[in-house]
Amino acid sequence: MALEVEKEVKKSNEVFDSKAASSLVNELRQSFASGKTRSYKWRVSQLKSVAKLVNDGERDIVDALRSDLSKPEFESVVYEVSMLKNSCKVALKELKRWMSPEKVKTSLTTFPSSAEIVSEPLGVVLVISAWNYPFLLSLDPVIGAIAAGNAVVLKPSEVAPATSSLLAKLLKEYLDSSCVRVVEGAVSETTALLEQKWDKICYTGNGRVGRIVMQAAAKHLTPVLLELGGKSPVVVDSDVNLKVATRRIIAGKWACNNGQACISPDYIITTKEFAPKLVDVLKEELEKFYGKNPLESKDLSRIVNSNHFARLSKLLDDEKVSCKVVHGGERNETDLLIAPTLLLDVPRDSLIMNEEIFGPLLPIITVDKVEESFDIICSGSKPLAAYLFTSNEKLKKQFVMTVSAGGVVINDTTIHLAVHTLPFGGVGESGMGSYHGKFSFDAFSHKKAVVYRSFVGDAAIRYPPYTKGKLRLLKALIGGSILGIIRALFGWS
Amino acid sequence: MEATLAEVKETFKSGKTRSVAWRKKQLRALIELIQENEDKLFKALNDDLGKHPTEAYRDEIGVVLKSTDYALSNVEKWAAPKKSPVPLFFFPAKGELLPEPLGVILIFSCWNFPISLALDPLIGAISAGNTVVLKPSDQAPACSSFLANTIPLYLDSKAIKVIEGGAEICERILQHKWEKIFFTGSQQIGRIVMSAAAKHLTPVTLELGGKCPTILDSLSSPSDLKVAVKRIVGSKWGPCSGQACIAIDYLLVEEKLAPTLIELLKKIIKTFYGEIPKESKSIARIVNRNHFERLKNLLKDPLVAASIVHGGSLDEDNLIIEPTILLDPPLDAAIMTEEIFGPLLPIITLRNIQESVEFINSRPKPLAIYAFTKNETLKRRILSETSSGSVTFNDVMIQYLCDTLPFGGVDQSGFGKYHGKYSFDTFSHEKAIMQGSFFPEIEPRYPPWDEFKMKFIRLAYRLDYFGLVLLLLGLKR
Repeated sequence: MALEVEKEVKKSNEVFDSKAASSLVNELRQSFASGKTRSYKWRVSQLKSVAKLVNDGERDIVDALRSDLSKPEFESVVYEVSMLKNSCKVALKELKRWMSPEKVKTSLTTFPSSAEIVSEPLGVVLVISAWNYPFLLSLDPVIGAIAAGNAVVLKPSEVAPATSSLLAKLLKEYLDSSCVRVVEGAVSETTALLEQKWDKICYTGNGRVGRIVMQAAAKHLTPVLLELGGKSPVVVDSDVNLKVATRRIIAGKWACNNGQACISPDYIITTKEFAPKLVDVLKEELEKFYGKNPLESKDLSRIVNSNHFARLSKLLDDEKVSCKVVHGGERNETDLLIAPTLLLDVPRDSLIMNEEIFGPLLPIITVDKVEESFDIICSGSKPLAAYLFTSNEKLKKQFVMTVSAGGVVINDTTIHLAVHTLPFGGVGESGMGSYHGKFSFDAFSHKKAVVYRSFVGDAAIRYPPYTKGKLRLLKALIGGSILGIIRALFGWS
Repeated sequence: MEATLAEVKETFKSGKTRSVAWRKKQLRALIELIQENEDKLFKALNDDLGKHPTEAYRDEIGVVLKSTDYALSNVEKWAAPKKSPVPLFFFPAKGELLPEPLGVILIFSCWNFPISLALDPLIGAISAGNTVVLKPSDQAPACSSFLANTIPLYLDSKAIKVIEGGAEICERILQHKWEKIFFTGSQQIGRIVMSAAAKHLTPVTLELGGKCPTILDSLSSPSDLKVAVKRIVGSKWGPCSGQACIAIDYLLVEEKLAPTLIELLKKIIKTFYGEIPKESKSIARIVNRNHFERLKNLLKDPLVAASIVHGGSLDEDNLIIEPTILLDPPLDAAIMTEEIFGPLLPIITLRNIQESVEFINSRPKPLAIYAFTKNETLKRRILSETSSGSVTFNDVMIQYLCDTLPFGGVDQSGFGKYHGKYSFDTFSHEKAIMQGSFFPEIEPRYPPWDEFKMKFIRLAYRLDYFGLVLLLLGLKR
């Protein structure tokens, strides 16, 4: 599918090469240099326009998402449209506060002085987004970049072509096109963009491309924000309200784009004893949500394209796990549908346990004691999210302290994404940097340290020629000992 | 090296570096290390760079002690989880930010402040509970071997290691996977470090340099001008003889001020360094022959040589360059396009001091901008129209000493920040934690979807609680 899109772009004679990319960046750099994006007024007007764009375009957005992913309208509205509206609202409400300099205390060593930290825009930034939440993951970083006063180029994913072209159309229509632009395309366009010098690159996607992006950024010393994925585990203890726990797992797994989400539960760890009960309730609740024949449910997204369908089929057909399917497993290749599938007791060296699943398959690993799950999680690379269901306070504490992940949610899944007061981002293989709410503003700002001094209060000890006495006074000053300062000044020590 | 790396990895895994007690113990040991080895430090810094003990104390030993003290008294607070309010809709869920150590850290330090640029980041890495490998610069060999020999005697040698060596060792180190790389040095090496880091998706902090301009407005009061020039001289030739990333690179002044300024500069240089500066013990030497040659070459261009108005004498045997002032060297000469990193000070004259904003903006973003002025408009313009790591008004370099300010560059002068709490943050991952309970359960979260659920979620996102109640009571259409 990626290839098809590339061909289409070529056909329309708009070859976006390195030269085109360079002239685009130059143009935006000039707009940025004019200083207009720095003003509060510009930022507010653009944020309002984004909100309006999302509001006015809701119908088209829902349609585009249906075309790209058969995403149920409910999911599109909840996880993309409403999230974006909320992001705009928060940014508009808080922007003045975010923009104002932060006063900080100064020390005795530099007395008399005052200091503050000023947030300034970085310049021209590049946002490369992903196909699974193509609207949210495109516009949410753009909102942060605009709030921080930058010029932005957005490169939506070619794997969600309807959304990509809708974004191009809407952004052109609603936003200041001298400062905010969309470049559509696939590998060659992205390569052309990555050759340019940016002031920040925000990439959402996988670790392989993440490395390429960072490598390209290194040439220009450009900082990067990488939002990657990973195998996000769900640990289920046996003392839980099982019905609520399973429903919340289902909501985070299949009700989030049929598992094609970076913070979707990837696998479950539970005790041997408890696993059958968990499987039973999962089956029961899945049937309530998606009916007896989930392939016919209108409430499940499809697999994005045949590549991903083949990838998931391979995971499922691995001989180590094909016999482990305890629920689901139905596939429809023509319509790219895979039913919610549960696999029990999969071996840890199987394919499915060694790459991010990113789809509707949910393996369950069993252990003797729930505490063993910590070692399993810590032996792999750090996931973007880690979930635990338990009523045991001690276990909660232990989990929070020992499991390293971008975010941790206790007794629920994925909801931290919707909380703008929490930073969203990974660690280790799941990425670097974070965003959402104020964290988005910070991600696209430089924190400039500013010191104000007056001409009085000059201490001769700062200057050469250096003497023993100056050394003594300096020691006292840096140590902050008042008595020492007085003694040194009087030459008593 | 593989064994060293395996050991620090193992130590991190054991979890002992996570305890605040361990962190504090290491910080206390670091203070002891400095205090008990002050003389050795003075000697090493003198051997490597000819730094006078007072200078060494002011720029290195004192800085490290101050930072360690600050970290020691704050680390408990920094390491504690921070409550984060969550919208009422999620009640009774609680939000929290828990800083956690990243893992095994690699620190590359630089030769110009070989002690503080090695230990200052180390303080941050320890405070955040990481294990560390420190690779000091081989261009300051006495300090490098001091660190390699002394650190294991004081700090937990299973968790904190020093690896000495040159380019070849660096290359080997960079092939390994680290959880964070902290690098101080040049842009050219910064690029190499970052592309090596990209292979393992390792985050980096790059502390680079740049040409830091100093704007000197025509101050009306002669005493203010004198204070300004003293601060300029003290900071240009004081810390490591201009071999500092935040040292003044060049001065911007109005044409009419230039003659007075040059006279005043000369006078103060004489007070500070005497008639024959190279005999003064108060000025550091150039680190090595390579850098000496580099600086010599900057002056070679005949047009540049012709612009020298003071100094210019070079002592090849002792690697000392006299404080040198140049008036309006050609702007396309290397001295005005490359970071000087040495005791040469070009003065660039402008018709009007306001032009300095454009002058600075036409060049890469510097690590620091200094401006001596009482003109509020100019201050405002510098703040809002230029970009740099930091801005200091009416003084030079003191931003470095302020624990409450982030220290770091932007654009070509680097990215990431440290000092005080920022050091702790640089070496921590801020983990977002949300704790929910099993009740209450919000039904509209779950499929199968219908109109009611859609309305409910829309209202929830708007945090329209009144609307939600109406909807639940069946009163809202």
